[in-house]
Amino acid sequence: MNIQANTIQESSQQSQAIAVIPASRRLYWSVRRELWENRSIYMAPLAVAALFLAGFFISTGHLPSQVRAAAALSAAQQQELFEQPYNFAALLLMGTTGIVAFFYCLDALYGERRDRSILFWKSLPVSDLTTVLAKASIPLLILPLLTFAITVVTFWIMLLLTAPVLLATGLGVATVWPHVGLWQISQGLLFHLLTVHALWYAPFYCWWLLVSAWAKRTPFLWAVSPLAIAVVEKVAFNTTHFAGILIHRFGGEDYNAPFPMPMDQMAHLHPLMFLTSSGLWSGLAVSALFLAVAVRLRRYRDPI
Amino acid sequence: MAYIEAHGLRKVFGKTIALDGIDLRVEEGRILGLIGPNGAGKTTALNAILGLTPYQGELKVLGRNPWTERNQLMCDICFVSDVAVLPRWIRVSQAIDYVAGVHPRFDRAKAEGFLARTSINRASRVRQLSKGMVAQLHLALVMAIDAKLLVLDEPTLGLDILYRKQFYDSLLNDYFDRSRTIILTTHQVEEIEHVLTDVMFIHRGRIVFNRSMEEVESRYFEVSVRPEQVAAARALKPIHEREVLGRSIMLFDHLDHPQLAALGEVRTAGIADLFVAIIGSQAVAQGAR
Repeated sequence: MNIQANTIQESSQQSQAIAVIPASRRLYWSVRRELWENRSIYMAPLAVAALFLAGFFISTGHLPSQVRAAAALSAAQQQELFEQPYNFAALLLMGTTGIVAFFYCLDALYGERRDRSILFWKSLPVSDLTTVLAKASIPLLILPLLTFAITVVTFWIMLLLTAPVLLATGLGVATVWPHVGLWQISQGLLFHLLTVHALWYAPFYCWWLLVSAWAKRTPFLWAVSPLAIAVVEKVAFNTTHFAGILIHRFGGEDYNAPFPMPMDQMAHLHPLMFLTSSGLWSGLAVSALFLAVAVRLRRYRDPI
Repeated sequence: MAYIEAHGLRKVFGKTIALDGIDLRVEEGRILGLIGPNGAGKTTALNAILGLTPYQGELKVLGRNPWTERNQLMCDICFVSDVAVLPRWIRVSQAIDYVAGVHPRFDRAKAEGFLARTSINRASRVRQLSKGMVAQLHLALVMAIDAKLLVLDEPTLGLDILYRKQFYDSLLNDYFDRSRTIILTTHQVEEIEHVLTDVMFIHRGRIVFNRSMEEVESRYFEVSVRPEQVAAARALKPIHEREVLGRSIMLFDHLDHPQLAALGEVRTAGIADLFVAIIGSQAVAQGAR
């Protein structure tokens, strides 16, 4: 028996010697897998960007009259005027990827149980932790970076699209281009995406992932179930603590005012204040907890 | 070397006892057929072995605890749960890329070789393939993995006979060798009979029959008893008796061939006959109680 046990150990040691695949490679392939399955991750923002660009190109017809009218304005006002469509494009793309993130998370750990493909994924040496981290990386990392990349490319195309009409009317690109601070806008956008969309909103994504690992049906209803808690609290105690937490989480910290243009938000958002805020860290702690539960659930849950 | 060793393996779902204290030992180089009626506990037993479900009792697979050491174990184990589990959105080429990316023992050239023998298009998505092709694809992926233990739970469910035969043929010819062990469950018992080295019947969460095929072939005989010999035959205590076209067919355990030949025509008992005899009589006994 001892000899047998030794043989098993030796052979398994041997097998480990042949078989080393670093965890990072498994994570990489798991993320790629998500992108294969969920093409909407990049198709949706690309489609919205294309539609926006088409609309924007048509709108450049009004540009010459705008430029002439703007001549009377101050430099700051001109900048605000000409940057407006850029801010709008950023807002639109962020909204799109926000919606994509919501639906992605809800299906991430639910769909594989519904179509029973979880049995195939589990037949391969990829741990539940790796799988859940790969899925969480989509809203937490991939989507913010992708949104940034697509938005910046959209910005440049927008800028170029103004050229024909400006040149044709003899106004020249110098009347508009210097007023659009693309570098500044892009920088602010990246900062906003990484801090607010990735870190500050992390509890939302992780809750949705947990729900998608949990639900036997209708993950959507589970996902919005916290709203019910807020309603019950209001009815039972006439207080709004829980609703307050949700609104605060969605709207951001006070110094990070919720609904003006996102670039204005940048002006209010101080990196140091953000990184030292208790809201950020408590949110991240809750996110980690949600993810840990999702990993456990994936381990135990049977296909539906 | 024991690839699987279980003592008192139990699994309870609420009030249902799925596994009622199973003892089991599967050596290397075996092809074990796990056979039982629906709901007998086959899949639960396999899920415990594959680390998909927690259990009570002792269980070692390749020397490891499948529940706590699942991640390491999955490098050496492979399984096909049934034909329908490959994700429908995945492309054939993506499936190969992914398995090659995450599995240390996957031999890409081997998988490509198996696929080359089929008419499966590399660019197709799984949803575009026929059920038989999906099974071929899954088998090609699994056979290209150099695993010690392969578990097949109803791998040919819903496939037509040509695919089923092809499936088991490639499994035997291209995959099986004496250092691997295969466990399989199926309802088409007759088709896998010639493939197996061991057979195990599971009924109501218990193992009720566990023999090597050699033992089955040398111990169990069916006799189509001549009418005048029926009383004499019954005196020899057959383990099962059934009527076919007015003749009694009796199944005997551990009797000499010449002794039986005197009663009528003798033939080796098939697994299906044994299954009906053993599980069927138990079901009747339990029903009568």
